[in-house]
Amino acid sequence: MPLSDIWFILIAVLFIGFIFLEGFDFGVGMSTKFLARNDLEKRVVMNTIGPVWDANEVWLITAGGAMFAAFPHWYATAFSGFYLPFVVLLLAFIIRGVAFEFRNKVDSKAWVKTWDWAVFIGSILPPFLFGVFFTSLIRGLPIDGDMNMYAGFTDFVNVYTVIGGVTFVLLSYLHGLLFIGLKTVGDLRERANTAARKVYALTGVFLVLFMIFTHLETDALTDHGAILIPLYSLAIVLYGLLFFFLKTKREGLSFTMTGLVLIIIMASFFIALFPNVMISSLDPAFNMSIADAASGDYSLKIMTIVAFTMVPIVLAYTIWSYYVFRKRLTGDKEHLEY
Amino acid sequence: MMEEVLLARIQFASTTLFHFIFVPLSIGLALIIAIMQTMYLVKKDEIYLKMTKFWSVFFLINFAIGVVTGIIQEFQFGMNWSAYSRFVGDIFGAPLAVEALLAFFLESTFIGIWIFGWNKLPKKLHLACIWLVSIGTVMSAFWILAANSFMQNPTGYVLQNGRAEMNDVVALLTNEKLWVAFPHTIFGSFATGAFFVVGVSAWYLIKKRHVDFFKKSLAISLVIGMLSGLGIAFTGHSQAQYLMHAQPMKMAAAEALWEDSGDPAAWTLFAKIDVENRETTKRIDIPYMLSYLTYSEFKGKVQGMNALEQQMIDKHGEGEYLPPVKTTFWSFRIMVVTGGTLLGLGALGLLLMFRKKIVESVWFLRLLVVGIFLPFIGNSFGWIMSEMGRQPWVVNGLMKTVDGISPNVSAGQILFSLISFSTIYTILGIIMVILFVKFIQRGPDEQPEEDVSATDPFETGGAGHAIK
Repeated sequence: MPLSDIWFILIAVLFIGFIFLEGFDFGVGMSTKFLARNDLEKRVVMNTIGPVWDANEVWLITAGGAMFAAFPHWYATAFSGFYLPFVVLLLAFIIRGVAFEFRNKVDSKAWVKTWDWAVFIGSILPPFLFGVFFTSLIRGLPIDGDMNMYAGFTDFVNVYTVIGGVTFVLLSYLHGLLFIGLKTVGDLRERANTAARKVYALTGVFLVLFMIFTHLETDALTDHGAILIPLYSLAIVLYGLLFFFLKTKREGLSFTMTGLVLIIIMASFFIALFPNVMISSLDPAFNMSIADAASGDYSLKIMTIVAFTMVPIVLAYTIWSYYVFRKRLTGDKEHLEY
Repeated sequence: MMEEVLLARIQFASTTLFHFIFVPLSIGLALIIAIMQTMYLVKKDEIYLKMTKFWSVFFLINFAIGVVTGIIQEFQFGMNWSAYSRFVGDIFGAPLAVEALLAFFLESTFIGIWIFGWNKLPKKLHLACIWLVSIGTVMSAFWILAANSFMQNPTGYVLQNGRAEMNDVVALLTNEKLWVAFPHTIFGSFATGAFFVVGVSAWYLIKKRHVDFFKKSLAISLVIGMLSGLGIAFTGHSQAQYLMHAQPMKMAAAEALWEDSGDPAAWTLFAKIDVENRETTKRIDIPYMLSYLTYSEFKGKVQGMNALEQQMIDKHGEGEYLPPVKTTFWSFRIMVVTGGTLLGLGALGLLLMFRKKIVESVWFLRLLVVGIFLPFIGNSFGWIMSEMGRQPWVVNGLMKTVDGISPNVSAGQILFSLISFSTIYTILGIIMVILFVKFIQRGPDEQPEEDVSATDPFETGGAGHAIK
């Protein structure tokens, strides 16, 4: 396998890790508005992701850095092409990131309320924008012969991309609720699980809509049906199983199901793209292939060595950090950092 | 096209300078807090624990802003400078990716464990976490400077497929520029953290509040500040020597030298620069100093901009090759003066402390309070000199800044992002100042106790608490 293909897979893995981990961070952030009823509950909810959200975000930073290094053309075309959506994304990440730290630093209702909104907006916009980003990637974008992308409003915002965005928001929310269910006790835990059951049907509808529109709007299922149709079917089966796990209150398994569905959806984008990294809606000749976009072999070789050494180490201490904080939060005021 | 270039440059400069308010303070404070917590474990004196917790409040607020403003840095190469990104991604992107893998994961994971793990981990393991954060911040600086050094002094590359591709990673990482810039930046960062702690401690000593607590804080930070100040001076000297042979145009501009200097060359303290007529008048010189700075001996001459420009024209064809002379010249002086002042403050402070007179020397303590701001000024102007002095190149000798812009991004879009980012950065800056003032005034006594008692979902028996 050429090194550039390995890096394509590595970047997919980084985005998969990102959506699995930040997915529940986003959902937890949304829950501060939809689930938590008072200040203490909001704090407990935020504290469930307190030790980990920052590291989870690094999966995205690393994915971006890896795109820059391994596929400079992909990075350059996509990041300049998605200019305005990315500005909004960055603003969302900024306000969410500081909100956790700032929120409890000043004793004022208005102050706390402001940062509550920042947490909420900063948690609901990114999954939506990532849904838009990946659906429009596989739908095709106006990329010219010089690899420059000149996208208009409807390239970003159309039925398919909006469905993609909403699907990511709902799946993240569900994923986050189940995470809260795993990390809290008592009333909050009960309500998180109840809320998950309530949002189950709507999320399922969007998941199916997403798959149907992927078929209608892209060539993904035509070109890669042999892999994607079984994968999509698997996602549906897992999502069906989730129904029973929710009903029988199997919290760990429920969380695993939403995680797996998120992983499958993210993986499906990369499978749909292969062997391209970007698809031109102007002319198939302008599609950017993995080989076209890639860095030289020397650079890829060096980075492969670094990545294959470092990723296992990173994974090891990441898992350890979750082990350290495996206990449920009781909501004792003295014991909350945020 | 010029409008886009100008706006994109303003955005890059403003977001980077803003980001670099927080970065050095984080690097410096991480080290100081790690040292304080180490002293707590070694001396078993609760006051060091109190110190660790008090100073970490500022570290964490600062760290949060540093992290979020850092995300923009990674994105805006691709967003505003796509042509540049295509040209250098192969060799410039690699250190960024390595930075994320090696440093960002380390610092973000272990800072989370450190903040929330006070009573969950054995003390030594918990201490190891803050050291790992500190190491992470320093490694992060190394890799980003490896990338920046390529822009200043390209090494380890070959031009092919219309871009700079890596062909020698050893050359990339042994870049002379990297090994003068990295220690200089790190010492500057340690000094930033140290003089912050020094200044706040001095303020408390003036007020005679928590004297014991802040005398100890002052002692630790003054030593670190003084050592860092010496480090800054020595590495600054090696920066100048490096510039002389690798980026002589930047050196000439930093000295506003149009014609070649005399031998030995004098260092100009102050001068009137007329860029239009290409002359510098009313120089106030320190004789021999420039020769010493660049060659470590009291002889040797320095080339002027006129001759260097002609060499560039011969090599690259007709065009503008002068960096903004006044900016480079004055930035250099501001940096040197702030660095020198810090060194003086550090030396005098240690002297007074040694003679046990520091608490009474209120006039000097007042100077130390003002000293908080000096490293920030020095850091900023150091970078302004470094990056402006490299112009008109984005990659020295290989690609001009104007050619690096994204062709598909309009001036209106850049203006939108520039206004958005500046607005939110202004708000963040104001909040940081407000929170810092608030927590400085609150003092070390009212630190909330952290003790996260929790139940373990994976353990049904009573024997839980595996890690305690």
